[in-house]
Amino acid sequence: MYVAVKGGEAAILATHDLVAEARRGNEAVPELTVAQIREQQGLACARVMNEGSLYDLDLAALALKQAQGDAIEAAFLMRAYRTTLPRFGSSEPIDTAQMAIRRRISATYKDLPGGQVLGPTYDYTHRLFDFALMDEADGSAGEARPAATALDAAMPRVPDILGAEGLMEAETPPQGDPRPFDLTREPVSFPADRDVRLQAMARGDEGFLLGLGYSVQRGYGGNHPFVGEIRVGEVCVEFVPEELGFSVDLGEITLTECQMVNQFQGSKDVAPQFTRGYGLSFGHSERKAMSMSLVDRALKCREFGEAANYPAQLDEFVLYHSDNVEAAGFVEHLKLPHYVDFQGELELIRRITREREQRLAREQGTLPEAAE
Amino acid sequence: MMMTDTDPGKTAARETTVRQRWLAILARASRSEIETLVGAALPTHEILKAPETGTVMVEGRAGGAGRRFNLGEATVTRCVVRLENGAMGFSYALGRDGRKARLAAILDARLQSEDADGALLAEVTQLAAAQAAARDLASRKAAATKVDFFTLVRGA
Repeated sequence: MYVAVKGGEAAILATHDLVAEARRGNEAVPELTVAQIREQQGLACARVMNEGSLYDLDLAALALKQAQGDAIEAAFLMRAYRTTLPRFGSSEPIDTAQMAIRRRISATYKDLPGGQVLGPTYDYTHRLFDFALMDEADGSAGEARPAATALDAAMPRVPDILGAEGLMEAETPPQGDPRPFDLTREPVSFPADRDVRLQAMARGDEGFLLGLGYSVQRGYGGNHPFVGEIRVGEVCVEFVPEELGFSVDLGEITLTECQMVNQFQGSKDVAPQFTRGYGLSFGHSERKAMSMSLVDRALKCREFGEAANYPAQLDEFVLYHSDNVEAAGFVEHLKLPHYVDFQGELELIRRITREREQRLAREQGTLPEAAE
Repeated sequence: MMMTDTDPGKTAARETTVRQRWLAILARASRSEIETLVGAALPTHEILKAPETGTVMVEGRAGGAGRRFNLGEATVTRCVVRLENGAMGFSYALGRDGRKARLAAILDARLQSEDADGALLAEVTQLAAAQAAARDLASRKAAATKVDFFTLVRGA
């Protein structure tokens, strides 16, 4: 039986006031603006856009402000807001080969057309505190000096270079280039196809995918991955409004793409070749894109006739547990009142205890010497 | 190949391309840049579709070129207006700025009514040049981080 309990309204209103005060912190310290978060906490905004599954930097910044920097709470705000918006349609598939590159590296080729471009990265920092950032700054940053000439216009994707040699698993659209499955509108069934898996991972929790990707590297999945390429930059989003009938360039979004190259021994049907894992994410978010590409390759085990023994290889496991808004909802619902459920459990265990004591007393009565 | 007025299909295709270009430039412009282009006096216009914010599902391709998949949505705002001369203007751009959408739609309608050597198109071309310069600067800053490899020879 389900029994609704009412009450606590005044307490809830009071907690809203208290959390607002906690969010604001010491009022002697200037309040953060959304623009400051957008401009100076860009990597946090990228994570919120990915896990909130909505590209909008201002909203991601607002979500972080409102959630006191709690990334999952912020993603939840993005998801909730998204449900209030109509969807105009789907974009044309974005073309990462045409990306305006800000960073592009490969661990497989030293010399590649277009070169290795480090871009803005913490990879080569020493992870020592910069205490100068603690001081009230004058607002200026170290000015990045531009080179005399821009990057090459043509920046081929590295796996496409291997592909030209016939050593790389081809990536071509299936017959008829079908519309992708949308897990926000249709229930997922298993085994899940790659479009479903990639969508789930794109909105999945970075930490969960990082852990799974790491497990693959440590042997729970049997990959030997190389970073074929990571690229970060801006890509045009094109959309064909029905009333116009031609494609409109809506502007640019920042994306991170990771193409992981993996060994494949070949099977009786397929010649030995390199295989791919693919990761794509909003904003500059290469840990996310790399983790996604590791798990993407692990989940392709069925296609290559490999054994699926480990968590990262099991699509049902990965897809059902990667969504942090769902996971947080289920874990955190335990905080809500379960008074009646628990009262039932309490009654039951009291009755069992009582009955056990009565039984023991009866047994003692009939067999007095056994108790000694 | 020559494009002549006797080839309506080609002409239409060319016009679409020019319009697509200014729509792309306007989509990338800030609200204040759009306000500057519109000028102080707003032309009389009818709002056919009020500024509306929704989303577009952004699609990617596995491996960059393979099977399509849904990456996630992006906010988009659209608006449709009609000027007194009957020209209809559209705006579709990323983000949630309704004011920008309405003004950009007015500009789209005005640009369609204007000759190829019109003053407004010239201003839009200037804006495009500024956007291209910003892209070039970002690319040159990235180019400054390009790696020059050299080989260390052992035992030399």
